[in-house]
Amino acid sequence: MEIKWYIGLAVALFCIGVTGVLTRRNAIIVFMCIELMLNAVNLLLVAFSKMHALAAPATADFVTRASEAQVFVFFIMVVAAAEVSVGLAIIVMLYRNTHSVDVNFLNRLKN
Amino acid sequence: MRTIFEWIWLVPVLPLVGFLINGLGRKHLSKTMAGIIGSGTVLGAFIISLLVFMAVKDGSGAVTVPLFTFIDTTSLHIGFSFGADALSSLFLLIITGVGFLIHVYSTAYMHEEPGKDFAKYFAYLNLFVFSMLLLVMGSNFVIMFIGWEGVGLCSYLLIGFWFTNNNYNAAARKAFVMNRIGDLGFLLAIFWLLSKTGSVEYSEVFSSATLQKLSSADKTGITLLLFVGATGKSAQIPLFTWLPDAMAGPTPVSALIHAATMVTAGIYMIARSNALFSMAETTQHIIAITGLATALLAATIAVKQNDIKKVLAYSTVSQLGFMFLALGAGAYTAAVFHVMTHAFFKALLFLGSGSVIHAMGGEQDIMQMGGLKKKMRITHLTFLVGCLAIAGFPPLSGFFSKDAILLQVFEHNKLLYALGLLGAMLTAYYMFRLYFLTFNGSFRGTDEQAHHVHESPAAMTLPLIVLAVLAVIGGFVGIPEVFMANGDRLHHFLAPVLSSEKAVHGVSHSEEMLLMGLATGLVLVAVILAYVQTRKVVQKENTGFGKVLARKWYVDELYQAIVVQPLRQLSAFFNSIVEKKGIDGFVNGVGKAVQYSSRQIRLLQGGQVGVYVLLMVLGILALFIIQMFL
Repeated sequence: MEIKWYIGLAVALFCIGVTGVLTRRNAIIVFMCIELMLNAVNLLLVAFSKMHALAAPATADFVTRASEAQVFVFFIMVVAAAEVSVGLAIIVMLYRNTHSVDVNFLNRLKN
Repeated sequence: MRTIFEWIWLVPVLPLVGFLINGLGRKHLSKTMAGIIGSGTVLGAFIISLLVFMAVKDGSGAVTVPLFTFIDTTSLHIGFSFGADALSSLFLLIITGVGFLIHVYSTAYMHEEPGKDFAKYFAYLNLFVFSMLLLVMGSNFVIMFIGWEGVGLCSYLLIGFWFTNNNYNAAARKAFVMNRIGDLGFLLAIFWLLSKTGSVEYSEVFSSATLQKLSSADKTGITLLLFVGATGKSAQIPLFTWLPDAMAGPTPVSALIHAATMVTAGIYMIARSNALFSMAETTQHIIAITGLATALLAATIAVKQNDIKKVLAYSTVSQLGFMFLALGAGAYTAAVFHVMTHAFFKALLFLGSGSVIHAMGGEQDIMQMGGLKKKMRITHLTFLVGCLAIAGFPPLSGFFSKDAILLQVFEHNKLLYALGLLGAMLTAYYMFRLYFLTFNGSFRGTDEQAHHVHESPAAMTLPLIVLAVLAVIGGFVGIPEVFMANGDRLHHFLAPVLSSEKAVHGVSHSEEMLLMGLATGLVLVAVILAYVQTRKVVQKENTGFGKVLARKWYVDELYQAIVVQPLRQLSAFFNSIVEKKGIDGFVNGVGKAVQYSSRQIRLLQGGQVGVYVLLMVLGILALFIIQMFL
């Protein structure tokens, strides 16, 4: 498959994520949208990595052909998992304190 | 014989040392010590000057003593070096000799000043002597310019010496500003000379090879600019009004700076550059006419002044005018001769007037004086000698120098001669009017003053006597051929320096005698006129032309109207419109704009995370768009 389909999919996913972050007020959905954006990026990384590996000449060394970008994806997944746990913990604490997960209700950043 | 030139640097350094000691230790020195240091250093300089003069006279000619390199670049080399030749050694003698006498006089005259001010006064006076010596000793225009500026500064400091009186400060500022106008001309002339000849050393600039390189436009331009410098320092039209105001300073200062030495700097400079000036016909004419106009203008003003120092001040301006007339006629020796004799008798007259003012307790109005000859014998006699000398009675010094000038002018131009003769008559008239009003008749002051009048102490009368002797015999160095063959020793002495002097050919001896007789007769008439007019002193308002003269031809008012007022208005415009509205408006505007815009932008920070994120996304989008399309 051509690379452009992957890019199109990643952009679509990313835009859905952005739109979700901007429009939704429920903290959990916002959170999921952020995950969506992260994964759009992951998808893109993998796609490009594969493309580079195919384009490289057969004589090139292993590192070039295997593409280190896929390693980044694993890093991002691991960090995202940690981040999700912290984020969910914050949301739980938020709910306990305010009985709401509405992000617009949280305007204490003002001033 | 050569050895004395190795010590020539001591001549200016001694007064400088005196300045430093008196200036730095003014709070700790006693008055006696300050006086001894001030006078002693100048005396030391005088002794060395005398030795230098003797060495030059014995025929060693011009000597240049390089001290150190002053400015050294690839294209410009200016050495700090002193030159000793006939002209500068003569000036050295005048400056240090008259300077020493005036220092001694000052120890008595300034005795009522508190100790701190007393030492400060001597420090300034020494600094002045130092600068003046630099001016005449430098072997190039740059050293001369350093001295030139130095004397201007000292003049400012000493005119405003009693700085608690605001009028005196104004007079000091006026002197400084007017001098600066002239200085600019001098500076431009130096630049011009440097750009055309690549040197400022006298020996190189005035060599015939260099002079041939200059076009006639260059010569005229440079000499005119030099002359502008000279008009500032030597108080000629149009920059003469500062000198009468400079009388605000202590009287010995007027004697030293504003009569005997500093104001002759312009004449020294032109005499020094005579090789250049004699090649610029146009400038010579302008100098002669300016000099004569100044001489007549100042003399007519002096006729109607009642302040003893003002009369002498205008007399100085007038005599300086005569010197410039001589310079313009190419009679450089006569001009320098008159500088010398004028230094003697004008210093004498100023110091005599100081003695009178001292005795009268600060009174300067001659209408309040009169009959002082019985109470102040020495002052009276020496003052009379001064008056006779300046009026040009034979055989006093003024007779010979004035005659030398008039003779050369007669040769040059008959009309200028006639007007010069009129000036000489006016000189005799106003000087004897001053003399008769002060010393003759009956006392017109208050009773208190009448009791107070006394002869001045010896420290004041001794310099008067010495100067009176000099005023009598000073002319004998330049006796014209008519009276004595080879009598004009000054001319022979100065001949190597003033090589472009015009010789007098067309006047026969009998004609010369006739001219002298005519001049002396006219002077006598003027004196008798002055005597008759002052026998009855009536204080009346001046009317008609007399009022114009009493108000000094309204020159100050004219300058006020055409220079000072427009300048003030322009400044007021710049102050109120450009400064306050324009510059301040811009600066304050920037501040206000920042304040206003930040107050508006602050509203964006609403605390809603959603808004922040939206803006962030929009920003990123904007960046993308810029990256892709621009």
